[in-house]
Amino acid sequence: MSALGALGLAAAVRSGERSAVDVLDEHLARIAEREPEIHAFNELTADHARSAAEAVDRSVAEGRDPGALAGVPVAVKDNLCTRGIPTTCSSRILEGWRPPYDATVVSRLADAGAVMVGKTNLDEFAMGSSTENSAFGPTRNPHDITRVPGGSSGGSAAAVAAGFSPISLGSDTGGSIRQPASLCGVVGVKPTYGTVSRLGLVAFGSSLDQVGPFATTVADAAAVCEVIGGHDPGDSTSIPGAFPSVSDHLDDGVRGLRVGLVTEMMGEGIAPDVAARVRAAVDALAAAGATVEEVSVPAVSFGLSAYYLVAPAEASSNLSRYDGVRYGLRVDAPTTGEMMELTRTAGFGDEVKRRIMLGTYALSAGYYDAFYNTALKVRTLIRTEFETAYERFDVLLSPTSPTTAFEFGAKTEDPLSMYLNDVCTIATNLAGHPAMSVPYGTGDDGLPVGVQIMAPTLGEVPMFRTAAVLEAGLRDGSGS
Amino acid sequence: MQKVAKLARLRLTDDELERFTGQLADVLEHAADLQTLDLTDVEPMAHPVPLANVLRADEPGPALGRDEVLAAAPSAENGLFRVPPVLGEEP
Repeated sequence: MSALGALGLAAAVRSGERSAVDVLDEHLARIAEREPEIHAFNELTADHARSAAEAVDRSVAEGRDPGALAGVPVAVKDNLCTRGIPTTCSSRILEGWRPPYDATVVSRLADAGAVMVGKTNLDEFAMGSSTENSAFGPTRNPHDITRVPGGSSGGSAAAVAAGFSPISLGSDTGGSIRQPASLCGVVGVKPTYGTVSRLGLVAFGSSLDQVGPFATTVADAAAVCEVIGGHDPGDSTSIPGAFPSVSDHLDDGVRGLRVGLVTEMMGEGIAPDVAARVRAAVDALAAAGATVEEVSVPAVSFGLSAYYLVAPAEASSNLSRYDGVRYGLRVDAPTTGEMMELTRTAGFGDEVKRRIMLGTYALSAGYYDAFYNTALKVRTLIRTEFETAYERFDVLLSPTSPTTAFEFGAKTEDPLSMYLNDVCTIATNLAGHPAMSVPYGTGDDGLPVGVQIMAPTLGEVPMFRTAAVLEAGLRDGSGS
Repeated sequence: MQKVAKLARLRLTDDELERFTGQLADVLEHAADLQTLDLTDVEPMAHPVPLANVLRADEPGPALGRDEVLAAAPSAENGLFRVPPVLGEEP
């Protein structure tokens, strides 16, 4: 990994100490060396990156402000639209498609001087927890290439963990940023729903999807949130105003902060070595002056069931647009109806088909009330119970993932066991709240463990303060 | 399952049908725990952000170019998306 991190590199480029082209070359060399075994990328954009880096260097030479992330290489999940650059969602149905516009988050990064080095692999349409559902083959975990990197943003997490770029973008619908961040030992943030634009993020579950960063440090993740966040008139679900100003508060500490450890996320199904790291994090926060108590949020136990009705229902509707008419794959047939059926059948992989089937069923006449509407009521219940908990606590703590990185093929035949990876992350998506994963040591197998910090709507400041204290504790050894 | 596949415009092989039926039954069985909750008087939550009727000023702005959009289509002609015959199909 780059010792400087994104902010260190940007400072060096801004001051003229290093050129953006030099920084880029260093990262491209690392990619050339390890990408063949990791497969973090669906597409490398080296030429595009070189032009962008040269433009940053020109700005510096001419005395113009090159941006807060000047010359910082960034990897972008391949479900974010990039103008003229293939955007596949790791699906055959979009193979070769070149979007006619950039996602807002992509153009905001470019405006800040960041240099996109490639589009990263994911579970097809972000449906999965291991990247094994990619139509272009899985990504491998840089810590142990026999293990999955997590998912769905596995490529973005692996890219940062392997030092291919100090920061990357992912999307999180049920844990797709936090879980791979945990398994790859990097920081991953799912911001409050509505604080980061979804314009140009290929839709999966529109009421749950949120874009966020991966980084090697909490400060880098905060900086990326501030660049990509803030109101976007192009997204009707975007909250007015700027992203909460978190960078200014990273040194505030946690003295007096009220931290709740969620009982329901520490019991059955959580590996003992993972739970032990979360308890170590609790101790570190208490030692740093926070008050820590256990808190019960019973409704989160129903999150998985509610999520696997709500998300597939939204997905079945969102993915109806892949019909062979406007973009992507078409399988020719004598009639339009057959063409659509054959195109979708050939273009979607198993997991996407399963979720479309599940969602179509949950929304169909006669089942809507029993499944979809019930799940929406449970969503209210989860949000209400969280809000009650946040009257007494500033942030809540849990494991991010129930286990460390698992082996390839371990869960592919049993979708429900794969879904259980999301058991700690899903509830915050249903509530629309922010949450992040911070690396906090390793499990018995020597692989990274992440601690999840959850916060109420727009509670990013206490969330990042907590993360910064955990990170600092690990760095100086007091947290181990 | 065949009926749902038809609604979703998917064709499943016999093998897929058998596999998916079992796998989806597992998920629905897991979801049965929701039926144990008392949800009377709980409002369904469709969305996390209470924004409504988000409108912008009615002023024309830049839009995607027609040719650029059509260039991404599998088939286009005379400024239109081209598809196989639609009329005469079963609904």
